[in-house]
Amino acid sequence: MANVKARVKTPSSAKKGEVFEVKSLISHNMESGQRKDKKGNKIPRQIINKFVCTYNGNEVFSSDWHGAVSANPYLAFHVKAVDSGTLDLTWTDDSGAVFNKTAKITVT
Amino acid sequence: MPTNNKTFRVSRRDVLSYASAGVLATAGISLFGSVAKADKKMTMDMISKVTGGREAKSGRITLELPQIAENGNTVPLTVEVESPMSDADYVKSVHIYAEDNPLPQVISFHFSPASGMAKASTRMRLAKTQNVIAVAEMSDGSVFQASTEVKVTIGGCGG
Repeated sequence: MANVKARVKTPSSAKKGEVFEVKSLISHNMESGQRKDKKGNKIPRQIINKFVCTYNGNEVFSSDWHGAVSANPYLAFHVKAVDSGTLDLTWTDDSGAVFNKTAKITVT
Repeated sequence: MPTNNKTFRVSRRDVLSYASAGVLATAGISLFGSVAKADKKMTMDMISKVTGGREAKSGRITLELPQIAENGNTVPLTVEVESPMSDADYVKSVHIYAEDNPLPQVISFHFSPASGMAKASTRMRLAKTQNVIAVAEMSDGSVFQASTEVKVTIGGCGG
């Protein structure tokens, strides 16, 4: 995957204790391993299989993905605001490639 | 040597027994084929692996899915589980299965008390009209299950 572009959207600030939504989008074919090419050969699976989100270094949410996750995967989840800091989102695919995106949040 | 001759002679009974063996063999193959294709059974096996003998209760899970999905390639899904999400009582994981997909596993979400809310959304592929099942594992060991039927106009696993 040459041009994988990850995007993440979070509110720029949140009140302490507030639960906010993190929306993410990553460009990836998510080749399911079920499709066949014109010659009838199976196209090997090449998907993102793991997603992890850490908040100031602590894992707050993770997800295991299978072939049924759509191409250009969208994922939204929630995080409780504790301290100002960084959300670190990591996607890992079948080839071992790691894609990363961070977002800053100010907690008041 | 008369005995030798006998072994080479093929009787009518022999022919019949071979034929029936053949029929049984074909039946065996088709039976195996149907087992390999029975995704509902595969889904049930996967779910029972998660629940590990615990009884899956109904309730607490809200599965938001379209009633009719025009494009099986991107079916929006939102799952929410009622929980205080405190250190003592929170939702550990939610697993999503599509029982008639070639591979029923779709996605697993792993929450923590720091998630604040056991709610997540994504988009998934559905091969055809089928039930989508959510299984939620709680921190206290209880298991909840819910399912919703989605009608799919154009399947999302071809190619």
